[in-house]
Amino acid sequence: MPELNLTSAPAHLRHGSNIGQPLTRRDGFLKVTGQATYAADNHPPGMLFAVIAVSSIAHGRVTFLDVAAAKRHPGVVDVMTPEHKPQLAIDPEIKTNPFVFRMEALHSNEVRYANQPIAVVIAETLEAATEGAALLAPRYETLPPLVGLDAGESFVPPVVGVGNPTENHRGDVEAGLAAAEKQIDATYETPPQYHNAMEPHAIVVQWDGDSLSVDMPTQGLKLSLARIAELFGIAHDKIHIRSPFLGGGFGSKGLMGGPPVLGIMATKLVGRPIKLVLRREQMYGPVGHRAPTRQRLRLGTDGEGRLTALDHHARTVSSTFDDFYEPAADASHTLYAAPAIRTSHDAVRVNTGTPLFMRAPGEATGSIALESAIDEMAWACGMDPLAFRLKNYAEVEPITGKPFSSKALRACYEQGAARFGWAKRSLQPRQMRDDDGLLVGWGMGTATFPALMFQAEARAAIRRDGSGVMEIGAHDMGQGAWTALAQIAADELGLDIDRVAFKAGTSDLPDAGIAGGSAHTATAGAAIHSAGAAVIAKLAELATGDERSPLFGAGNAGVIARGGRLVRRDDESRGESYAEILARAGVAEVEARGTGAPNPAAMEEYAMHAHGAVFAEVKVDPELGQVRVSRMVGAFAAGRIVNPRMVQSQLFGGMIWGLSFALHEEAITDRRTGRIMNANLGEYHVPVNADVPPLDVITVEEHDPHVNALGIKGVGEIGITGSAGAVANAVWHATGVRVRKFPIKIEELLTQS
Amino acid sequence: MKPFDYVRPATVTEAVAAAAQPGAVYLAAGTNLLDLMKGNISRPDRLVDVTHLDGLDAIETLADGSLRIGALVSNADLAHDPAFATTYPAVAEALLSGASAQLRNAATVGGNLLQRTRCAYFYDTASRCNKREAGSGCDARDGENRGHAVLGWSESCIATNPSDFCVPLVALDAVVEIEGKGGRREIALDALHRLPGNTPERESVLEPGDLIVAVRLPPTARGFAAHARYLKVRERTSYAFAVVSAAAALRIENGKIAEARLALGGVAAKPWRARAAEDVLTGVAPTTDAFQEAAWRALADAKPSGDNAFKIELARRIVVRALRLAAAGTPARLPALPASPLASTSGAFHA
Repeated sequence: MPELNLTSAPAHLRHGSNIGQPLTRRDGFLKVTGQATYAADNHPPGMLFAVIAVSSIAHGRVTFLDVAAAKRHPGVVDVMTPEHKPQLAIDPEIKTNPFVFRMEALHSNEVRYANQPIAVVIAETLEAATEGAALLAPRYETLPPLVGLDAGESFVPPVVGVGNPTENHRGDVEAGLAAAEKQIDATYETPPQYHNAMEPHAIVVQWDGDSLSVDMPTQGLKLSLARIAELFGIAHDKIHIRSPFLGGGFGSKGLMGGPPVLGIMATKLVGRPIKLVLRREQMYGPVGHRAPTRQRLRLGTDGEGRLTALDHHARTVSSTFDDFYEPAADASHTLYAAPAIRTSHDAVRVNTGTPLFMRAPGEATGSIALESAIDEMAWACGMDPLAFRLKNYAEVEPITGKPFSSKALRACYEQGAARFGWAKRSLQPRQMRDDDGLLVGWGMGTATFPALMFQAEARAAIRRDGSGVMEIGAHDMGQGAWTALAQIAADELGLDIDRVAFKAGTSDLPDAGIAGGSAHTATAGAAIHSAGAAVIAKLAELATGDERSPLFGAGNAGVIARGGRLVRRDDESRGESYAEILARAGVAEVEARGTGAPNPAAMEEYAMHAHGAVFAEVKVDPELGQVRVSRMVGAFAAGRIVNPRMVQSQLFGGMIWGLSFALHEEAITDRRTGRIMNANLGEYHVPVNADVPPLDVITVEEHDPHVNALGIKGVGEIGITGSAGAVANAVWHATGVRVRKFPIKIEELLTQS
Repeated sequence: MKPFDYVRPATVTEAVAAAAQPGAVYLAAGTNLLDLMKGNISRPDRLVDVTHLDGLDAIETLADGSLRIGALVSNADLAHDPAFATTYPAVAEALLSGASAQLRNAATVGGNLLQRTRCAYFYDTASRCNKREAGSGCDARDGENRGHAVLGWSESCIATNPSDFCVPLVALDAVVEIEGKGGRREIALDALHRLPGNTPERESVLEPGDLIVAVRLPPTARGFAAHARYLKVRERTSYAFAVVSAAAALRIENGKIAEARLALGGVAAKPWRARAAEDVLTGVAPTTDAFQEAAWRALADAKPSGDNAFKIELARRIVVRALRLAAAGTPARLPALPASPLASTSGAFHA
């Protein structure tokens, strides 16, 4: 792969070089000029095209594929089926670790969901492979599919999310409800949603001698590498994955799914390089989705509007063959100071691809229900929704009683409300109109997302010419890792950002952990921090131990790395450049490694979360029911902000997704067949530009000494939470109609005129 | 995809001959056809590309005051033609409320008239669809059908015609000029599309080889310029098909409606001209009461074909609103969000 030239942006677009500066995207110039190479842009010589044929039934068995017809089609090279495929080293159904999900690798004729891969056609051209797949004309033995939240007997899953307890409680919820002066009992539904990253899942794969060369977007280079290694029985060092850019991942490219495995199998079968790209509609099945939920919330308050109990139960679904349970009710653990809280989940199995992490898994679904319920409870108490939230402000994490490592939510409420003008809101719904007679509604929601950390490693070096190197297999999904992590690296190495060769996005680099859980900047940043500190320490050792250096003997006082020089902490006029130190020592470079990892002692002590407050204004046609969001303000506190520009974009994106959750997104499943009827971007609605109002993001200052060395909490997912509820609550405030099934539809709002 | 022949005839006569062959279809911008081919919904043997034919891309005013729009004029060029937008504002508004700027730049007038339904079961080749495969059945009838037809549907088919453009055109008595094996003929646009009955696979009265070469607006269509609107309720602010839409055009003289035109979109397999509603409006003052009466007339025969009863009430309300907007007068400039009930809200400035 050509070395990425990330310094080609025009010089005048640079605004700074270190943590806290709003640097423009260093890869932006490559992207807008078409030079950024995404996986499917690769065309190795001799490459063939592989196209997946997918099942049109949701449950049953493939009884016949017209392989002969497909093979007769000009250009078709081979057809991979359960009967004709290379053997894998291990059964793909075996879960070798908790982050392995079962996939379809043509290991059987069984069909478990619609759009499941059932064959792969390999051809000289994409057109031939596509037609070959159509000519397979599968026949099935069809069994009745399980569809929807009431598909069968429910059960209590062993865990939800990633190892979260299915049930949790503190205090006596029933007693709290019984003692309450006012109560609400409301049930909300959220639909299945699909990640729909702009870049479809893709793989270009070839053998390079005995090494496997893979271009594939992934949010987890090392996890993908390990999965390929075990499935194909290849040594780790014989696999090279490049993932310099992702056109969005949102959780669907985190763990190795079936389609890229089929691409690797295809290259093994035919002995030529293979490109396999999912069609949009094929992304509605084998690569994860957000499961639907039905959530019942029961809340009680005393005479002053203080919560006496909060009971949150979530029903969700998983596939018939694997386990992932949307931890929706867990959203109620952290936000509101109810003395009694209970959260619980149950589930049914349906004929669907296995649900998976999708941006704010659990938090997004749980938040829209919780924030709606809080709004309903506030109304029942006759209280302003912000006053109600402040009345029930959690000074410690309600479910655990732990103090927060930091929590600037009060400042978020204050600053967000002030910017929005919340004080002028009418308490009653359906009171506000604009000059054109449209109903106007104001709603709010509280945002929260845990501050997570994974494990990562980085390698740092200072070279003879005084420049630096920082290597970490980090992932840029569009969120700005190329920029933000390089900023951290520049700070840690004491260099201008242009003097740092920042390398990321390939599997031969140190493990950066998965880009998920809003934890990538914190995790990779911590590793960069420690690697940078280690390499500077080595350099300092060379200087302070050498009597020819002006830094000789400064060991006790310490040195500071700044601008490519080490200077004495107690006398900054005394110092020398990195190049001078290395030249005199006669070494080409010094290098060091560092790691980033969560601190178990701090986690034991503190509850760690980012917070925010989102305020939304909607306009609704009083007779026709069409809704448009006209304004949104979000104030977020998420610890240290590495790059305010990238962070603002992340929060914008999250808020838009929240709007989408409340008003637009829904996979429509045919209740008889289990087929998704809108598996395309024409009919699966996400907001278009005209749906997105002016967005105002405030990042509230927050210093957190406990989360990690850099004080970073992460902003990737929090923007959805709070926002969806804020929009839904604004629709209620505009119309007086409380819609509890999302997305909110026009027909729900036609009841009055 | 399925291999196909591609021919580029030099003349309309050659085109008609080429397209009259079994398995042949016309290709203009392909904004609908190519998607259908990629999805295996349409599997033609031969594409007859008409985009290079001469003389089909003009907008001309004829001696009698008619306007003749060549079939290859793009939606964007037509909508942005200042004289056109001034004279036929509801048509321009409908055009600009459809699809996206990119699609409107490519899509053609002739193609728009023949765009296929957006019924999900038509697009889903694993579903039964009488329109896609005659006699196979209709999986939409008991399926996910909240967007389906409430007028003119049959047990064989409950699909709707998705066109915005056709709705004001049919209200204004547009005429379609057709070149066929037997030479040139013309029919009212209202007669172009067929209701499904027992043969939903036959969507129009066109015969093999028939090529729409122009759409004509008669001289009378000019009379509504001062009071003509298109209103479209949709599930996002832009880039969405109508849940229900309506075109309303009035000729108001001395405070009374001298002539009314009304058509609905998104409710039937064809753009739905509401003549009974027009009749009750003729000669009366443009009041909300009159508009409500018209709305009841327009939807008198409506019945749900599934989970879509709300569309009937919504259609009534849209009719009333569209008539009210038309009576208030065509705005001097098209709103930033054409045809949207939210046209006046602040926010993003996109069509």
